[in-house]
Amino acid sequence: MSENHKIIEIEVLRYNPESDDEPHLEVFKVPFSDDMSVLQGAQYIKDNLDGSLTFRWSCRMAICGSCGMMIDGIPKLSCETFLRDYYPKRIRIEAMAHFPIEKDLVVDLSGFIAKLESIDPYIIPKEPRTLEQGEYLQSPEEFNRYIQFTSCINCALCYAACPQFGLNHEFIGPGMMALVQRYNLDSRDGGSAQRMQLVASEEQGVYHCSAVGYCSEVCPKHVDPANAVNVNKANAAKDYFLHFLSPKGGSK
Amino acid sequence: MSTRKPYVRSMDGWWKKNPYFVEYMVHEATALFVAAYVLVLLVGVIRLGQGETAWNGWLAAMQSPVSVIAHLVLLAGAVYHTYSWFKILPMTMPPVVVGGKKMAPEALTGSALIVAAVAGLALLAVVWRIAL
Repeated sequence: MSENHKIIEIEVLRYNPESDDEPHLEVFKVPFSDDMSVLQGAQYIKDNLDGSLTFRWSCRMAICGSCGMMIDGIPKLSCETFLRDYYPKRIRIEAMAHFPIEKDLVVDLSGFIAKLESIDPYIIPKEPRTLEQGEYLQSPEEFNRYIQFTSCINCALCYAACPQFGLNHEFIGPGMMALVQRYNLDSRDGGSAQRMQLVASEEQGVYHCSAVGYCSEVCPKHVDPANAVNVNKANAAKDYFLHFLSPKGGSK
Repeated sequence: MSTRKPYVRSMDGWWKKNPYFVEYMVHEATALFVAAYVLVLLVGVIRLGQGETAWNGWLAAMQSPVSVIAHLVLLAGAVYHTYSWFKILPMTMPPVVVGGKKMAPEALTGSALIVAAVAGLALLAVVWRIAL
């Protein structure tokens, strides 16, 4: 930060659970250089203007998925969003939409984590193999089927973009469905039927999605979670009808 | 004692807060245009069943200036509905692999729009021939 600094106004949605009944906006004047991210703007505020400002961050390079926030109303990772792109206008940062605000820019992700556990996000081997039988082999074609869905960093921006999740917190949501696809499409995995219980569930399942598609639009890793959700609508329907034909098919 | 007091924000007017959501609502609302035209055609079928006078009355009503304007409005709604649905088509279907490569979303949307346009024009040609 050497060259002559410009000053940008950052408007922050503040909420202190110990003293506030509801969130309010507070404006800070932040000197910035062209290489400064919105996250660095928040860090400047915390270090120099108000030490009580609370937010999450870790890697600063769009891989940890911690620093998501609403930037001028759009869910973005603050580490890869630059102040220069908003100057000279005032920029507004708020906690990720649709999640309860814990404090300032920090949201309560406990529901998100509970869902993450509920989908069995690991490979459930199709057939048990002993060490002597060697490793599970996979062709490049089989690998390509799911590789896109491995890019998810659990940043939850897709949930902040999903009005159906905002209206119904039970909905399993886009990010989880991307992870379901990551494992269901893996040739080594045999857990699809087990995961279908949740995918097709009336309370939480994919049919709560109305194909708004904004989740895929905001995904910083181009995972296309909307595709994972919508493809599974067809899978859930197929599973439902299979249930009538075969005692083995169908999850319910 | 915990001092936690998570604040849940209201969802009131959510769709007005983002242009993307406004577009989504317009695209959903244009389904009503398609439904309205289905009703128009249904009335035509009922009038046809009621005899020649009723049918000719319906045909005359269809040719009135108000009806022509209504047709243009409904057509615009149906075209936008088609366009906006095919725009999200790639995210609603499994990947289409051609020659070992995943088809680009733009190519899928483009192909669907071309098929819709060709089908629409073919139907128009058939109806035109019958009408003449």
